Amino acid sequence: MVEVKNLTKCYGSIKAVDNISFTVEAGEILGFLGPNGAGKSTTMNMITGYISSTSGTVTIDGAEILDNPKAAKKKIGYLPEIPPLYIDMTVKKYLEFMFDLKKVKLPKKEHIEEVMRLVNVSDKADRIIKNLSKGYRQRVGFAQALLGNPPVLILDEPTVGLDPKQIIEVRKLIKSLGKKHTVIFSSHVLSEISATCDRILVISNGKIVADAKTSELSSSISGEQKLALQIEGTPAAIGEAIKRIPAVMRVVKKGSAGENANNYIVEYEKGADIRRDVFSAMSRIGCPILMMKSGNETLEDMFLKLTSGENDKAGKGGRD
Amino acid sequence: MGAIFKRELSSYYNSATAYVVMAAFFLFSGIFFYYYCFVGNTASLAGVYGNMFMIIMFVIPIITMKSFSEEKRQKTDQALLTSPTSLTEIVLGKFFGAFALYTICCCIFIVYAIVISFFATPDWPVILCTFIGTLLLGAALIAMNVFISVLTESMIIAAISGMALGLVISMMSSIISMISVDWITAILEKINFTNYYTNFTYGILDISDIIFFLSVTVLFLFFTVRALEKRRWS
Repeated sequence: MVEVKNLTKCYGSIKAVDNISFTVEAGEILGFLGPNGAGKSTTMNMITGYISSTSGTVTIDGAEILDNPKAAKKKIGYLPEIPPLYIDMTVKKYLEFMFDLKKVKLPKKEHIEEVMRLVNVSDKADRIIKNLSKGYRQRVGFAQALLGNPPVLILDEPTVGLDPKQIIEVRKLIKSLGKKHTVIFSSHVLSEISATCDRILVISNGKIVADAKTSELSSSISGEQKLALQIEGTPAAIGEAIKRIPAVMRVVKKGSAGENANNYIVEYEKGADIRRDVFSAMSRIGCPILMMKSGNETLEDMFLKLTSGENDKAGKGGRD
Repeated sequence: MGAIFKRELSSYYNSATAYVVMAAFFLFSGIFFYYYCFVGNTASLAGVYGNMFMIIMFVIPIITMKSFSEEKRQKTDQALLTSPTSLTEIVLGKFFGAFALYTICCCIFIVYAIVISFFATPDWPVILCTFIGTLLLGAALIAMNVFISVLTESMIIAAISGMALGLVISMMSSIISMISVDWITAILEKINFTNYYTNFTYGILDISDIIFFLSVTVLFLFFTVRALEKRRWS
């Protein structure tokens, strides 16, 4: 549906986006993740044809954005970082204008009402946008992107400025839209991406550093599962007792946590659950477990791992 | 194009712009009308038109100052440029929006002509000819000022540069008289708006005058499209 090939954007000598390629299939929700200034918005602006690329191509359902802009742009609904609202218009008038601007061929009145209902702004239809709060403005921006039911939706940080309840609503909306539309949305909130997306693309310093299915991503980095423990007692005896549990592969002591207590990381085979075994083994030797939690790498750890190092250089990097 | 034209015109009336512009236009033309036609006791509107040249120079930058600069500042240009509407359509929509407001202002001259018709027989061909000339002059100036507004993000800068340009245009005759280099005066004489406009106020509908104003309009609208295009590539 969306095909990005060797896309590069230079601002003078600075490479804001550096030779990135990816494809998004129809009905897929792609999360675009990256620290500030990584090039997320620049990439989105290039996909939607707001700015041109220095080199590379963007193809939307077979139409190249610079060669055949009219056909390509008709297929895209775009919500930029700052919603493009004419603040002196009422919500309804604005959506009517956007409807005409996008040359939508659906029944005007019904379609606008339907979109307003979908993003929950029907009760504010006759209010002037200037007087609306940030959350409502964001939703009107969202409504504008949905006009004409475009097959591709590109949303740049759609949940910024919303309250927690609205964030959940918007996520639900994105999920439901993902059934019929191809959605690309950016965010720097990890939990949001992992909750809504089928696939994650991590971008740092203008380059793609990871591209994987959400479910694969957190476990792909570590082949085995880990358990973090804090146990009171002699380390040698504890290590010995844990190693005797069948699924355990390795026990590593990770510094002390108080007078007689130590931290341990236990690596064990994928699919096994050793928590009960650890409990009974420790109770047998009389060593109390002070803490036990999954030691698997979270998305946050992974994100930091992928984007750090390059991040120091990114200080002088491109625009977001 | 239709959508942008409609929005542009309605935004003039949603904000104070249209009312301020119309008030200024009607006030000054009214003063000139009273002074030349009633005090001066004549049925000719030439004096009114001649003096309105200066007022038009100041009014048009006010109309067009927002057209592109504000779009860029509010980031609403993202909606325009990512919609399946071509740059030419966007520029033409903006241009005709401003031109429509200007035309509404100019209709006051017809009212004056009708007022005169109660006292004397107005010279209709001359009045009509000048009316066309005023519209053409306005079209050229609007195109130039739309171009200025695409170059900046600040509407104040757009308005002031537009007015400065207007002053230079209206003082062109005196500037020419100050320059003694022949080839420069020859060139400036060719682009002196006043020369072309004055012909209309005499009731002369010369095709070359019409072509002059139309080509200035088209040229600057073309520049505006190119400037928008260039912004995308930088």
